Amino acid sequence: MSAREQIFGSIRRSLGVTGTEAPRRKEVADRISGHPHGVIPARGQVSAKERIALFVRMVEAAAGSVTRLDDRAGVPAAVADFLRQNNLPMTVRRGADPRLADLAWERAGTLEVSTAPWDASALSSVSHALSAVAETGTLVLVSGSDNPTRLNFLPDNHIVVIETKDIVGDYESIWPRLREKFGDGLMPRVVNFITGPSRSADIEQTLIMGAHGPRRLHVIVVGDPGEPSFGTPQAG
Amino acid sequence: MTHVATSPRFKENAHAALADPELQNALKFVEVNLIQRRRDVVDRLPEFDALRDSARDIKNHTLAHLDLYLEAYESKVTAAGGHVHYAVTADDAKAIVLDICKRLGAKTVTKGKSMVGEEIGLNDHLEANGIVPIETDLGEYIIQLRHELPSHIIMPAVHLTKGQIEADFRRAHTNLPADRNLAEARDLLTEARAILREKFLAADVGITGANFLVAETGTSIIVTNEGNGDLTQTLPKAHIVLASIEKLVPTLEDVAQMLRVLARSATAQEMSVYTTLSTGPRRPEDPDGPGEYHVIILDNGRSSMLGGDFADMLRCIRCGACMNHCPVFHAVGGHAYGWVYPGPMGAVLTPSLIGVDKAGQLPNASTFCGRCEEICPVRIPLPRMMRSWREREFERHLSPATVRSGLAFWAFFAKRPWLYGLATSLASRLLALIGSRNGRFRWLPLATGWTRYRDFPAPQGATFQAQWKARGTQRR
Repeated sequence: MSAREQIFGSIRRSLGVTGTEAPRRKEVADRISGHPHGVIPARGQVSAKERIALFVRMVEAAAGSVTRLDDRAGVPAAVADFLRQNNLPMTVRRGADPRLADLAWERAGTLEVSTAPWDASALSSVSHALSAVAETGTLVLVSGSDNPTRLNFLPDNHIVVIETKDIVGDYESIWPRLREKFGDGLMPRVVNFITGPSRSADIEQTLIMGAHGPRRLHVIVVGDPGEPSFGTPQAG
Repeated sequence: MTHVATSPRFKENAHAALADPELQNALKFVEVNLIQRRRDVVDRLPEFDALRDSARDIKNHTLAHLDLYLEAYESKVTAAGGHVHYAVTADDAKAIVLDICKRLGAKTVTKGKSMVGEEIGLNDHLEANGIVPIETDLGEYIIQLRHELPSHIIMPAVHLTKGQIEADFRRAHTNLPADRNLAEARDLLTEARAILREKFLAADVGITGANFLVAETGTSIIVTNEGNGDLTQTLPKAHIVLASIEKLVPTLEDVAQMLRVLARSATAQEMSVYTTLSTGPRRPEDPDGPGEYHVIILDNGRSSMLGGDFADMLRCIRCGACMNHCPVFHAVGGHAYGWVYPGPMGAVLTPSLIGVDKAGQLPNASTFCGRCEEICPVRIPLPRMMRSWREREFERHLSPATVRSGLAFWAFFAKRPWLYGLATSLASRLLALIGSRNGRFRWLPLATGWTRYRDFPAPQGATFQAQWKARGTQRR
């Protein structure tokens, strides 16, 4: 008997089932296709304006920093400002994301932007987030050539651009966006939820930033603060 | 180095732990820091208790349909180009990992933190077969240098002081200048970061655990703060996920519920820094990611816990809150428990996994204060299950002769209430008489286990039962 058969056999013996019971199978199939949501905290269920303010507050509470811009044309200058303020070399790596590619980087003075793969000389990177969650100040990035996963973890400084229209109140509002983009039940290779810069408290519980990932996380929030509409949780 | 469970020697371990000044110094942080921080972060989320109910219900539902969710999960992983392997025992899991590593000609393997990896003793097995495993979580890296087991499931090096870690780094990192400054925790972290960065880039295979497996999408999820798990799984040729059968949840919506209780309970954070959802190997257009994606599903005795007295334990999400709140853990630390899982969750799980004959002392190492159950994010009735183990231990005649004869002596009186009342009132009057001068005893026959460390108070007035009876009469 294979290991698989042994494990399934043992589970079914302990549960007293055969695995062929139609009502059980239906319950599981319905749960997977219906994916009902549970408790959604009231914290994120606020007007668009308050939602963005909550997101900014939570990023800062998680030791990230934030710049707000009305117009995405200002992104290259904001990246240059961040590097200058932290005395960092004026170079950044980015992926092929069209929302980054079409920016007028050349107008941001001495800033050098490269799409070469990561190497040890790349101290800073810039990515574009798919979405973000106000509830905890969490950025949502997906893998692929637009925003290579390595750029989220290997550089010392990670700069992430997010548009206000993509900031949602709660995690439950992320899943429909993923299903819409990648298909029902399908996922990109990696979805990274990022909340603040890397840290460790493994030595005497002293919290220190920059354990293995970026020491700094800087978020550039682009777009108007939004109309005061109310976010609605997705029905299950 | 192979770690044989020392759980049968819990008593001796605990004595040694209490007499270890370095350990006592390190342990004081647990009680001081973690309880208040968790309370603060929980107080900021009014829905927290409702989320705990939700998390409990999700786990119960999944466990009741585990065979079907496992089938659904497997087909999704396969569709995404990944491989699912099944391991009945720890040895099976080790053999599967080794096969993959050998086929890929792996020399070094980086590892994210995995309690299943500790449970099966993976590092020893890889080393014995000429493959170098490198733990990359800072705490795990430190205890690997010391050839120790973790003393806590999320803070593996919580038993160590800064000074001890500095000494380990000086001993292990001999190619660095001897006069370098390692006085602060930051210096130690910076040194480990630089050393491990090289290892990440050179590794052939990356092994991580999984906090959750999602049946809906075939996704494995890791939750970390350092980012080591992500570097471990992104850079090498293959990513191996080690997970036990109870890690499944049905859907992404269920993941959202679990995440909200996990970080708050584990590290008192609103959200851990990195929550990573991985599905299959590198895609055609992907500039990075592993070429192969393997998931090893370990049973190791868990499937027979389903539907039994200890089934609730399978809800555990390994947050460690029960040990952070346990007065016994605060006093003796994690190593005294003698195996991979310490604290209240270990006291329940360890007898299930290695046998009550070996780990019977662990469920006895509890004051039954109930704090573990009070704060458990998935509401596991830990004290009730410890009591079940005590009963089993007694039924199987595994408890020591003194305990058994003491209990038999007590039971003889307890079954005869009039005799019990007579005996206790006589004893209490006698003790009150003898102890009337000091109001306490520095020494008592048959109670030296108590009086060696503290005085025994002399009885004041009548027995509890007599007083209770008197009060009842008054009220009427």
